[in-house]
Order: sequence, then structure tokens, then C-alpha cells
Amino acid sequence: MNTTALEKIQAAFPDAICKVVLESVVLDVRPENLESTLSRLKNEPEFNCGLMVDVTAIDYLEYPQPPAARFYVVYTLRNWEKNILVQVRTPVLDPQAGITSATHLWGAALFGEREVYDQYGIHFQGHPDLRRILNHWQFEGHPLRKDYPIGKGQICYETDSLEKEIRARLAKKGVDDATLKDINTQVMFLNLGPSHPATHGAIRILTALDGETILANVNEVGYLHRGFEKTAENRTYNQIIPLTDRLNYCSSMLNNIAYAKAVESWLGVTITERAQFMRVVLSEFYRVLDHLVCLAAALVDMGGLTNYWYLYNEKEAAYDLISRLTGARLTSSFTRIGGMYRDFYDGWEKDLEVQLRGIEKGIGDSLKLVETNRIVHDRTQGVCILTAETALNYGFTGPTLRASGVPFDLRKDAPYYNYESFDFEVPVGSNGDIYDRFMIRFYEMAQSIRIIRQAMKHIPEGPINIKDSQVVLPAKQQVYSNIEGLANHFKLIFEGVKAPAGEWYDSFEAANGELGFHFVSDGSGKPYKLKVRPPCFYIMGGFHKMVEGNMIADAVINLSCINIIGGELDR
Amino acid sequence: MALGLESSLGDTVITTKLDEVINWGRQYSLWPFVFGTACCAIEFMSAAASQHDISRFGAEVVRFSPRQADLLLVCGTISYKQAPILKRIYEQMPDPKWVISMGACACSGGIYDNYCTVQGIDTIIPVDVFISGCPPRPEAVLDALIKIQDQIKGETVLKDRHKDFKGILD
Ligand code: SF4
Repeated sequence: MNTTALEKIQAAFPDAICKVVLESVVLDVRPENLESTLSRLKNEPEFNCGLMVDVTAIDYLEYPQPPAARFYVVYTLRNWEKNILVQVRTPVLDPQAGITSATHLWGAALFGEREVYDQYGIHFQGHPDLRRILNHWQFEGHPLRKDYPIGKGQICYETDSLEKEIRARLAKKGVDDATLKDINTQVMFLNLGPSHPATHGAIRILTALDGETILANVNEVGYLHRGFEKTAENRTYNQIIPLTDRLNYCSSMLNNIAYAKAVESWLGVTITERAQFMRVVLSEFYRVLDHLVCLAAALVDMGGLTNYWYLYNEKEAAYDLISRLTGARLTSSFTRIGGMYRDFYDGWEKDLEVQLRGIEKGIGDSLKLVETNRIVHDRTQGVCILTAETALNYGFTGPTLRASGVPFDLRKDAPYYNYESFDFEVPVGSNGDIYDRFMIRFYEMAQSIRIIRQAMKHIPEGPINIKDSQVVLPAKQQVYSNIEGLANHFKLIFEGVKAPAGEWYDSFEAANGELGFHFVSDGSGKPYKLKVRPPCFYIMGGFHKMVEGNMIADAVINLSCINIIGGELDR
Repeated sequence: MALGLESSLGDTVITTKLDEVINWGRQYSLWPFVFGTACCAIEFMSAAASQHDISRFGAEVVRFSPRQADLLLVCGTISYKQAPILKRIYEQMPDPKWVISMGACACSGGIYDNYCTVQGIDTIIPVDVFISGCPPRPEAVLDALIKIQDQIKGETVLKDRHKDFKGILD
């Protein structure tokens, strides 16, 4: 973040308190100025923050030096073209009265604010559909408030019917009983999920159909809400790594790396060159794996079962390679704050190359089946089109956004780990239809393989962990042979790596898009608050925009090409 | 050398017990319904894919309708929000039916000891075999399948299983 952005923002908002934290400019505004600040940040061409990255709240009830208000709401915004990241904080004096909603500015706020309401009980005035999203409708209380006990489960006896919501959506689309009578038809309601083969996990898609055409669609998420954020508040920074594995479990190590990077950036730690290269190699490898699973499953949904074997077999073989390296197939927890768990083993490079060749062959075989296949074209081209504008408005990032023609990729636009020195391209779609969303993943795999080969060629020798006894565990030899080593180990394990008090946001280009972590630290070894900015949560928030007006069968393949992963969606 | 009844019928007729012949059929034609919610479901995909190939054990006909399945495989975390759905699906399966709980989450809540996660699906539906691991390897899924087959072998077709089960949602 350059200081000019800070100066510009401070000059434009003299009433706000502005400061720079890591990459972002943080504005503290009074609640009455929130609306105008947000809309100026979005609409003035100078700032042009078209992407609402995330919204969350903080409960300062148990914070050692609590500020005046108990609750704060934080909006994270981005101008993707100029790489300006802005966070707007505002105190919430009375959670029941709440603050003004930003839903008229960004569609992404529809889902984002619902989550804040659900987890913290903060009201948003003017939100059209403020109800629970992650927890079930019979839940009472707000779990991320500090006075909600972590173990207090609440039984849900029945699922929500969603009837009110779908009718409201129909009315919004201008379909009322009179029109239906006019065209002499009846709306049919069709519910997919939450346990349905097409949803690849637990999501519920409710549609109102005219024949096979979707008139209106509402979705329900939260079936896999497993309390990541609350659990993380009770774990040390290193203990959270296994939890991050289980966010997007198709590319577990990407989450590990993104998380470790976020903590390290606040600690001011620069990991060793070798560890940086390792992380690049492994993140790109996992990006490939993620796309493989997504495409394999998506093509099955389209009836192309053969592709599943071509693509999934490579993924299966890659698991063997990964378990040789990490000891686990799926949930490897391979990173540590300050470096990596282990170095590559002898012969890794050769094994990796064999695997990359295998993957290339699998991709090639599959592409031969789909690339010029008339059925694939007819089913995907021009179907479920999403414009760049809508995609940005709903907070899309990653391949799904790029398919709509926005070339935003954090690896290019805010590079970390030397990404600027690698030679690779960012594929961009032209129509924003299902075909583009498919093909982008195929092309991205090729680019990732390019990066891996370059990184393996230039990876330097050297240690993989930094030398800082406050961050990294001592060698086992030290622990077993002298008291300093033992004490050091003991303290780090029991108390955790101590992060200085403060609040920060750090992001990473994961397989599905921008994966961000928003921390608040009170100076102890455990985060006071940890919010994940999951890419597919916001993509799911814009799902209805893609499918309404299309056929029900298109909605099924559209769902598979945006790669919704429950662990990340619901956390 | 045939004994008893068979000795007088010659070698064209086999006699057996009803239990045995039905159970033999059931054992090798389990039709699973995969209730996959999370990471463990990915490992089930591996168990079904060609390397581990679940069809070697006669259970490759994965059904997506509970009404056609007799083996419920719960792969992944079950939240309180999900629980009524799991119960409904279990109830929709025709008897006789068996349940495998795959992974630490389904068995006990796993690493998610918190406000939203059900601490073991056996509080909702009866479970026959638990698989430990987070996630279990595909081989463990096959092992559980064999355990179910062994269990079926020793059952009698005349008895209703788990008739008196009461869970937190009942
Ligand atoms: S047991 Fe582990 S791998 Fe399985 S669903 Fe739970 S967290 Fe995921």
C-alpha cells in the first residue's frame, strides 16, 4: 500500500481517522457517516471500490483495553484495478438498532450482513432479507458474541420452508398471481438439496419454475457450519492450521499457506527463500488438484463420466505423492508459522515431474473429449451468463470472476512470494458463461504447472524455517538435550506464538478466489477474533443472478462449475 | 457326502437355512447411499474411484435416493442444522438397513467440539460401524464394508433391527 492512497483518502474524509495497516487503509468513521463514506468510496472514480470483499463485526466484551463501543462493524473494500484495499470501521452503539445496510451499494452485502446479524446480532437497517444464514432458524442467541458459551449447542427439529423467501423473490421478479393467470400457467416449486447428488455437499437450492425455466431462485447455506471462527478463538495460532485444512478440503494446503502467510505478515516475519518457493510450488500444485476435482465432478454432472476417470485418477495419484511428502492424503497441515513442517524429501523433484506429466496427460485426454464437443458447447455456451459488473457487485473473485472478463488475480495485482518474477498468464473469459467458467480452470491448470516448473528450477537450497525462538519450535535435539530448548518448546506449545495486539487483514489467491483472514489480536498466543473471507460464500450469494431465466438443468452444471466447497462456504 | 435330507434328494437339490441364503445375498449387494457433507466425502470418492474400487465388494451401486439404498454412509460433519435431514433420510430407507459413520466428525464431532456440531451421529440414528480417522483412508471404508458384511452374516432376517432406538430428535 502506498502512502498516496492514504493521503488521498484522508484528504477526502477529513472527519475519519485513517491509518495504514499492512496493505490496507483503515478508516474509522462515526455511524452516521458510514453510509456516505461507503457510497463515496464505491462511486467516486478516484476510489472506485467496486468489490466489497467482506464484512464482519468485532465484539470487544473481553478485550483487555476495550474501546468505547462493544461492537464494531468492519467493511473491507477493494479497488481491484489500482490495488487499493480499504477497511471502514464503525462503532455500533446499539446492536438492536444497528447501522445502515450497504445492500444498495453492493449485492455482496446481502449475504455478508446476514452473517454478521446471525453471528453477532447486529441489525442492518434497510437490509431486505435480514435473517440467519449459517445457524438454523430455531437457534437463539448469537454464537460469536463473547458471552455465548462455545459448547452450547441447540437442536434444530425442522428445516426452514423458505416459502416466504421464494415468494418474495418471485414478486421482486414481477411474477405475481395475475401474470400467471394471464399466461395460463402455474409455478412449480422445485427443491434441490441439501442432500442431493447435484449439490456436491450440503446446499439447498429452491427454484420456482415455469416449465423448466427458472423464474426465481433462493438458496440456503450453513448446513456445514462447524464453528471455525469460534473454535479458532480457543486455539493457539499453530493449532489453527489443522482447522484451515478443512476449509476448502479439495485444496487443503492452499488454506494452510494462506493462513500462515496472514499471521506472518502481522508478526513481521519474512520466511526463508526456500520456504517461499516451497509454498509457491505447493500452492500451485493444489490449485491444479482443486480444479481437477471441480472439473471431474462438473463433467459427471453433464453426463461425461469418462472425464471423471481421466481427471480423478490423476488426483488420486497426486494424493499418493502428497502423502509421501506430508504423511497424509487430504488434510496435511504441512505449514507452520515461520516456515514449513518438513523439507521436500530426496527424489521429490522427480516424483513431482512424473505426476505433472500424468496430470497433463489427464487434462489432455479430457480436453480432447470436451473442447470441440458439440454437446458440451450447446449445453454451456451462452448459458448462465454473468456480466463483469454483476460479478464484481456480488463480491466474486478468482476463476469465476475472471470468466466474466475481469483480469483480477492477487498473484499479479498484489504479488507475494516472488510471483512477480514468474512467467505466467492469467486466463480471462469473454462471455461469462458456463463454458468460460469451465475452460478457465483448464487453462489455469496449465499456467500453474508452468509456475511449478519454474519454481522447481530456481528453488534455492537453505533452511525452511526462520531462526526465531519466539516463532518457530526448536529442533527436537535441543528439546531433548538442554533445558533452554525444552522451555522454549514448552512455552511455544502451551502459550502459542504471541502476536502483538492489533487488527489486520491479509489475503491470498486461493483456487476459488480471494481467501482472506481478518484477525484481531489481544497480544496473547490465541487470536481474539479470526474471520475467514471465503471466496465461495460470496459466489453462492450471487448464484440466483446466474441461473434465473435459465433452465433447471443448467443450474445444476452451473453449480458444479463454480466449485462450491461446503467447508469454506459455511466454515 | 450328503447327510440327512440331502442324501435322499440326490445332488440336484441344495438345502440351506433361510437366514443364510438371504444374508448371503444381502452381504454382497449392498447399495450405499452416501450422505457426504464434508472432507470425508472426498475420501469416499477415492474409495469409489478405480484405484480402490469399491465394486470389488459388491457395493458400487451408489444410490442417490434413500428409497433404493440399504447402506447409509455418513461421510462428514453433521451440524444441528443438518441433523433433521439426516434423520429424514434414514427414515426414508427401507428396512433392513445399515449405517456406517465415517470419520471423527460423524462419530463424535471430531475437532469441532462446539455450538453447531452434533457430537456423534449415534445421538440421532443408530450406527452399526464407526470408522476412525480424519479423514479415514479409503481402505478403512472398505474395511468397514467388510465388517458390515460379517455382521449381516450373523443376523436373522426375522428380527427387526434397532426397533427401540431413541435419539435426541425423537
Ligand atoms: S472427520 Fe475430519 S476429514 Fe472427516 S469430515 Fe470431519 S474434519 Fe473432515
